[in-house]
Amino acid sequence: MNIIEVQNLTKRFGEVTAVNALSFNVQKGEIFGFLGPNGAGKSTTINILSTLLTPTTGKAYINSFNVLSERDKVRKSIGLVFQDPSLDDHLTSEENLRFHAKLYGVPKEEYKKRMEEVLRLVDLWDRRKDIVKKFSGGMKRRLEIARGLIHYPQVLFLDEPTIGLDPQTRAHFWEYILKLKEERAMTIFMTTHYMNEAEYCDRIGIIDYGKLVALDTPSNLKKKVGCDIIEMKSGDEERLKEELQARYQTKIKEKDHILQLEVQDGERFLPRLFNELTTKIDAIALRKPTLEDVFCALLVAPFGSSKHHRKSGCALAGECTDIKKALLKQNFYVFYSTYHYNLAARNYPLLAG
Amino acid sequence: MDFIQFMYPGIIAMSVMGVAFFSTISTVWDREFGFLKEILVAPVSRTAIAIGKTLGATTIAVLQGLILLVIAPFIGLDLHLAMIPEIFSLMLLLSFAVAGMGLFIASLMKTTESFGLLMQVLVFPMFFLSGAFFPLTSVPSWMMALSRLNPLTYGVDAMRQIFLHNHISPEVSHRLILHPIYINVLFLVVFSAVLVSAAVIAFNKKN
Repeated sequence: MNIIEVQNLTKRFGEVTAVNALSFNVQKGEIFGFLGPNGAGKSTTINILSTLLTPTTGKAYINSFNVLSERDKVRKSIGLVFQDPSLDDHLTSEENLRFHAKLYGVPKEEYKKRMEEVLRLVDLWDRRKDIVKKFSGGMKRRLEIARGLIHYPQVLFLDEPTIGLDPQTRAHFWEYILKLKEERAMTIFMTTHYMNEAEYCDRIGIIDYGKLVALDTPSNLKKKVGCDIIEMKSGDEERLKEELQARYQTKIKEKDHILQLEVQDGERFLPRLFNELTTKIDAIALRKPTLEDVFCALLVAPFGSSKHHRKSGCALAGECTDIKKALLKQNFYVFYSTYHYNLAARNYPLLAG
Repeated sequence: MDFIQFMYPGIIAMSVMGVAFFSTISTVWDREFGFLKEILVAPVSRTAIAIGKTLGATTIAVLQGLILLVIAPFIGLDLHLAMIPEIFSLMLLLSFAVAGMGLFIASLMKTTESFGLLMQVLVFPMFFLSGAFFPLTSVPSWMMALSRLNPLTYGVDAMRQIFLHNHISPEVSHRLILHPIYINVLFLVVFSAVLVSAAVIAFNKKN
């Protein structure tokens, strides 16, 4: 069942087209990641879906209610955690929740139970009588999440919910989200700039200039970008290279005395490699394409285009350029850089030796 | 006639108006600090939100007026129990009218600064043209014309009549009082109906 349906959605602000003929569906119980560089139209889309903005053209349905003509029903079906804080910080956390519950018509008897439930979920039960003003950024975020849940929405919209949170709180946050998904079959629609978070999503839509450029599961997206790479270092480079070539019948690349081998299923291939190799190796690392690669590969504009320098959306801009170049040449792995090598070494310390 | 008895209703009306007007700034604050979004995505009508905001400002203003009423006997004002419901209703009406006006302006403003600026520009002329400080019966006609558009004039006029009741002779009253109370009330009712509706429309449109 599709809980969110977006059909040909377009939003123009004067000359600027923020959302351009967007169409996609989100299934019930799914965690849907909405990714894209700053200013790509993510928040605009969320604002339209949550009835805060009216689309220029196109239609959208939430829980089969039209976001234009059945606003109150849509509003009842959704919970929102905004990019910017939206708590009344003169009130206590419990008062913020009570106000919200009243607005959404949560029955009084029911409210007490739910208030405790959601506050315990975000570990703020002990702080329920405290004024929100005194809370840290992370606590405010958690309270907002609790507030977004208290009316048991069908869909929870999270607009960059973990921005400005420390890694620990972020990990906690994800625990809650996954718990919600499992226990309540809640649909979660979120935007994020953290690619490791996007990995939690069941499906990811990538948007750029208001247009959907990709929509698939994280693993499929990664598959589209390329296969795994195994990097090896050995005192006897030549011999290792010859052996690898003879044994696996593939081309071996060499860069800065590091041998690179492309394989389909890296994790399964490594043990085989260890069993079969006779040449001594000093260090080994496995690198898999990440969503970061997907993101960059899809979003970097072609060379010579003025689009290229517009945004700081991509943290690895330099490498992105390389990816693009490589993709254009149908020769994907030239871009392989020491940064990634280090990353791989950090992620797989055992393999890195 | 006691000067305080003349002045005090003006002071009450002025502070009620000031507070009612200023309290509607909360809408601009909410917009700036993001809380307005939380209200706007809730399944409640925009009209209910706008009227709620107006009533909120009204409540604060009336409380302010009540504090001034409590102080009144201590500074030698002649205040009867029977006057209190009348003054209370007038305070309610005046602050509702002014809060409607404030919300109308607040709906059009994006920042607290611009709201504050506009408020200053409006509030002081309204104070001076309201007759709170001096009777308006002997002012130039341009001033009279402006004061006729000022809701505070009617609030001050009505409250003053209640406070000065039994204190002045009809000849004196003729030189101090502009309209009968029912006209004042009628003006305030019409003024609040128009401004609160305008505020609701502006609020709906803006959001």
